[in-house]
Amino acid sequence: MRAYGIDLSSPLMLGTALYDSPAILADSVRRGRPGAVTVSLRRESAGLQAGQAFWELVRGFDVPVLPNTAGCHTVREAVTTAQMAREVFETDWIKLEVIGQGDLLQPDVFALVEAARILNEEGFKVFPYMTEDLVVAERLLRAGCEVLMPWGAPIGSGRGLNNLFGLRALRAHFPEVPMVIDAGIGRPSHAVTAFELGFDAILINTAVAKAGDPAAMAEAFRLACDVGQLAKTADPMDERDMAVPSTPTLGKASFAS
Amino acid sequence: MQIMVNDETKLIASRFLSEALIELGYGETKVATAVDGVFVPRSARGAKALEEGARLEILAPMQGG
Repeated sequence: MRAYGIDLSSPLMLGTALYDSPAILADSVRRGRPGAVTVSLRRESAGLQAGQAFWELVRGFDVPVLPNTAGCHTVREAVTTAQMAREVFETDWIKLEVIGQGDLLQPDVFALVEAARILNEEGFKVFPYMTEDLVVAERLLRAGCEVLMPWGAPIGSGRGLNNLFGLRALRAHFPEVPMVIDAGIGRPSHAVTAFELGFDAILINTAVAKAGDPAAMAEAFRLACDVGQLAKTADPMDERDMAVPSTPTLGKASFAS
Repeated sequence: MQIMVNDETKLIASRFLSEALIELGYGETKVATAVDGVFVPRSARGAKALEEGARLEILAPMQGG
């Protein structure tokens, strides 16, 4: 996938949270070979140095980092967090999350558009976490975003692609915009479907971190990305309501007595 | 002077943010700072005066999805 003029080495973007240990995270990155990893910022007590150790681990992956604004509920929180992330992680990429509803962690799309506008003006490369709403997509593009990240399903739910019609419509309406399915993907088959629908990349975390064998699942997702991308370029057939015989009927033998 | 650091009350002698970070034990660690909800870049910490009751946020890299 190409985003803001930069080619990612893989369309798999992998979250770094929820792993049982740093070693399992490192194994998952090694076998998943993601094109980017997501990271965050949190308060740290002096002397604990947990954040420093984590940063050293992530730097060792030699993979671009995409900081997020997870947990932000207002424009101001998201903008300030993005500014702090840019300094700490030394990147102008930001996965912009502004949460508006706690149960579904659904984006507050009104605040999202405003925060995206401010951050784009400040030179950020904004990856907005959004619903699959066409109007929101239009506003985000007008606010300067060059990538969109519609959800498949609520964060951590593993439900896959909840609204196939909506996602298909979004893809069809903005065919040239790079789009990442962010959140809700639970299985590699969901990832394959995302690519078959024409999406350019996926962002996953819980699906790998909470699998029984995270590193193996990371590899499964890497392979699913390959399968999905190949299928996407091969232009899948359209669905039909009625059966159509695949074996030619011409020349069929007649055994009528 | 009394300030709030990540929502905890702290007594510090420093008057400027850069000195306060050292006094609070953050020294050379990779952190980002905000005072009263406004980001203060590393380059501006030396000139950033802290007022009594200031709310200082000190954030570090963390796992994220």
